Amino acid sequence: MVLAFIEHLNGAPTTLSLEVLTMAGRLSGEMAVPLEAVAIGPKGAAAAGIVTSYGVSRLHVGDDPRLADYAPAGWARAVAELTERVNPEVVIGTASDRGSEVMAHVAARMKLPLAANCTEIAPGDPFTVTRQRWGGSLLEEAHLKGRVKLLTLAPHALAAEASPSRTEVATHPFTPALDDKDFRVRLVPQVEADTGKISLAQARVVIGGGRGVGSAEGFASLEELAGLLGGAVGCSRAVTSLGWRPHSDQVGQTGMRIAPDLYIACGISGAIQHMVGCRAAKHILAINTDAAAPIVEQADYAVIGDVQKVLSSVNAQIRKLREVPVG
Amino acid sequence: MNVLVCVKRVPATAGHIALSADSQEIDTRYLGFTVSPHEECAVEEAVRLIEKHGGSSTVLTLGPEVAIDQLRDAMALGIERAILLETDGREWDPVATAAAIVEAIEAERAAGRSYDLVMFGNESADSAGYQIGVRVADALDLPCVTGIKALEIGDGEAMVRRQTEAGWETAELSLPAVLTVKEGINLPRYPSLPGRLRAKKKEIERIKPQWQDGGLEKIRLKLPVQVEHSVEILGKNGDAGAQVVELFQRLRLL
Repeated sequence: MVLAFIEHLNGAPTTLSLEVLTMAGRLSGEMAVPLEAVAIGPKGAAAAGIVTSYGVSRLHVGDDPRLADYAPAGWARAVAELTERVNPEVVIGTASDRGSEVMAHVAARMKLPLAANCTEIAPGDPFTVTRQRWGGSLLEEAHLKGRVKLLTLAPHALAAEASPSRTEVATHPFTPALDDKDFRVRLVPQVEADTGKISLAQARVVIGGGRGVGSAEGFASLEELAGLLGGAVGCSRAVTSLGWRPHSDQVGQTGMRIAPDLYIACGISGAIQHMVGCRAAKHILAINTDAAAPIVEQADYAVIGDVQKVLSSVNAQIRKLREVPVG
Repeated sequence: MNVLVCVKRVPATAGHIALSADSQEIDTRYLGFTVSPHEECAVEEAVRLIEKHGGSSTVLTLGPEVAIDQLRDAMALGIERAILLETDGREWDPVATAAAIVEAIEAERAAGRSYDLVMFGNESADSAGYQIGVRVADALDLPCVTGIKALEIGDGEAMVRRQTEAGWETAELSLPAVLTVKEGINLPRYPSLPGRLRAKKKEIERIKPQWQDGGLEKIRLKLPVQVEHSVEILGKNGDAGAQVVELFQRLRLL
């Protein structure tokens, strides 16, 4: 059996969990074994309505009320205990923050290896996976051992694909043995007040600034363009290290990963760690004085020149366009 | 309080990654080395904790002898002691790495040095297994939170915050504990010249742990397939303004 560990919000599986179900479904087909899923928390049972479109035959629900809120070790104990009981060949979770954390706890508890951020899985002996290094800038082919193969699936390694046919899903609630030690860490959500600002994650256009912007004050022209286009301003790691912008603006391997329609990289050289964060943009426009900078060859459009000169001309032209009464 | 911070030596990659002829490693002939960004912040956090609460700080790495450079970098920032778990340069998988770190921490405890806090980066920049901290916590039976972006130490406990898509989540846990840190928790300082000189003179404690097969065996590295792709140069400097605006219109952003 292949067991998919899915995350859900009040019973609705997350997008990454649908990707996990899709990969787990393919894997169960290749291995000719059933596909089952596990959701933690009493509300997990509501996921049955969705997992039915992914070929799941059984949905296990860790329904102890103490598991309703996120407690990494408690969730992992539930998944590990189920794994010991139903004895799957493979357990696959998401590589989200929570998925990675729970699967690491499961692996530690069960004393098994764990392959994180897999993009391809070839079952058999040896069991071979392809996994991401350097945020996906490099791939590793590896053999994964262990009586149960534990892995997490890299985000967007494939697209979630629901099947038009539905399976009969049997819901199996279970109550794992838990003690106080499993709840030494409970994470309590703190929802932030909506600031009304367009967030980097949601902006259709992101204007990213690097060292080539020149100074903290130099970001005024990027802010102006963001205002004119209804976008958000991001930056490279060099910029946060210089203290020009807060870390929450950082795009890259150790910052935000964004997927706007257009990413405008201003004075950013295009180090692999930065590209990891903006690779999913539909289009990239690079503004750089160096025509040989890595960002230029990875962009769809480029302007060779100084950020401030280019932006002052662009901003002025957009302002002028706006002055002309429409129609 | 006593803090242990664990780091990993990784190549300082830039615009391109090239592989060695046998596809086993990154070609590092033209690269410098550093530690993962999350770990730079873990080191900084450890230094700040000791400045604020008193106590002692130790940095530990598992790696080849040259990883002493990264230990000295951490000491230049204010970490007092350094331990090298010396390897023969082979890559150690997460199970083997965590086991060696656990063994070292237990040896420290036996020698009368116990840690209130063991810190890691959330994941290493290179192999990114996302699990060493959790494995160490599990083996030592300590509570653990990964990916923290804020930390306050109270009376025998730690208050941590981490970022989610919806905002933040918080946790309180008792010490001793294991925490893994994400970049953004602080802005690491630059080493001072006296700091560097002090670090150069310090002794590095060495342990040679036993390699083990942890069950995740690297076969080869490969570069992702690059999609054929060309770039359209819109112009130079301010002359390109009109073309850029036209592009915005084409993409329906204006």
